[in-house]
Amino acid sequence: MTASRDRVRAAVDAAFRDEWGQVVATLIGLTGDWDLAEDCAQDAIAAALATWPRDGVPRRPGAWLTTAARNRATDRLRRDAAGAAKLRQLAVLARDPEEPPSSGEIPDERLRLIFTCCHPALPFPARVALTLRTLAGLSTAEIARAFLTAEPAMAQRLVRAKRKIAEAGIPYRVPPAGLLPRRLAAVLAVLYLIFNRGYDEEGTGRTLTAEAIRLARLLVRLMPEEPEPRGLLALMLLHEARRATRVDDGVLVTLENQDRSRWDRGLIAEGVATLDQALATRRVGPYQVQAAIAACHATAPDATGTDWPQIAILYGELARLAPSPVVDLNRAVAVAMADGIPAGLALVDELAASGRLDGYHLLPATRADLLRRDGRAAEARTAYEEALRLAPTEAERRYLTGRLEEL
Amino acid sequence: MKYVLLICDDETVSPSNEELAADPVHQAWLADLDRRGGALVGARLRPVVDATTVRVRDGETLVSDGPFAETKDFVGGFVIVECANLDEAIAIASGHPYARWGGVEIRPVWE
Repeated sequence: MTASRDRVRAAVDAAFRDEWGQVVATLIGLTGDWDLAEDCAQDAIAAALATWPRDGVPRRPGAWLTTAARNRATDRLRRDAAGAAKLRQLAVLARDPEEPPSSGEIPDERLRLIFTCCHPALPFPARVALTLRTLAGLSTAEIARAFLTAEPAMAQRLVRAKRKIAEAGIPYRVPPAGLLPRRLAAVLAVLYLIFNRGYDEEGTGRTLTAEAIRLARLLVRLMPEEPEPRGLLALMLLHEARRATRVDDGVLVTLENQDRSRWDRGLIAEGVATLDQALATRRVGPYQVQAAIAACHATAPDATGTDWPQIAILYGELARLAPSPVVDLNRAVAVAMADGIPAGLALVDELAASGRLDGYHLLPATRADLLRRDGRAAEARTAYEEALRLAPTEAERRYLTGRLEEL
Repeated sequence: MKYVLLICDDETVSPSNEELAADPVHQAWLADLDRRGGALVGARLRPVVDATTVRVRDGETLVSDGPFAETKDFVGGFVIVECANLDEAIAIASGHPYARWGGVEIRPVWE
């Protein structure tokens, strides 16, 4: 009995993770009411917990949950005069839960939802929070914890964002072709931020990296023609493959010193295959280039076998597609490894002189590392000390302290 | 939905009405607005030196010169448009020549 109860609980958990976004997206599409959609999705999950142990897990849990949520919405709207018009719409669109899914002419509601959540008229932090809440089904408390924000403040952020969507008339749709490239870039930026937020954390349960990968997989499935979602998914998979080796006992471990035998070969293979599919479209974008760089590292037999000339070329390409001083800094490292330390140091010094990375700890940290490799210990020491003052995480400070002691 | 588009800039360019009328970007913007049939009313405003701000504080009417906020950009004109959603309002706003050096603030009408 307990075992079967556990099985049902696991089935509800799985349905919640896999179907929440679809249920919420469908309900928003039907009612236009974001709060109602979330409440009814929540009620549907509660109903599943109550009835599945007795009746068994339905053959199509997602359809079951959508139907339950829609019925709940109907009940609630019936009590409300203004809900009458919405009800008629619900009636028209009511479908048999056992009916096979439509063959693709109806766009997946989740695609509308994600583009609406990531609309540029919303503040960036609100886009991130709204995506995690409505698509991934994280609770407000979970999102608040992940972003080191007080729960009431996060709740307020979500309320304001939903209010703006309604009051400013942000459309619930996939943007037309002319707007798509920029809007898709905004969606990808949100997913990548979620991933990066989770990357440094050693959590259990629902980790943000897993949520970001799940959302990226969804986007790839919903937009199979677009190469950049695949590029982002590949990038995440290749980073994720190395995650366990990035920190050892609370100390940052650089790529060069990571235990490659502990990298996840399955994720690397999937990441490389996903990247190859994206590159086959011959429509290169910044995420594909970043994934290509990550693939160079992930597939190198060892640190010395890394194809640095190729990586330097890729960073040059990235700087062209998405110019940023951080990209220039990474390119400087690749040039140092490919063409010799002095060539790389010259680029770092040029960047330092431009002032574009003032206050960024990886500028002196990179400089220190190149000086150390070049045997210029005294200068390296000064640079390490500067980096130590600027480093934002304990793991990085421990790493830099270790380097300083080795000099 | 109804939106007010506040056409803003810092007044350093400040074309005359004639220059604006001759600006092909402005002409294209007007033509686009015309084609959409969404413009309800609009006007160009005189420069900010001619502005007067009225505030009422504790029942007292305070009149001061200049714009209401100490911002870099000033409202130089406005247009009220009726359109399907924010994306359409953004499309209209982004066609205005001032969007290139100033900015266009889109405010939904509170109805």
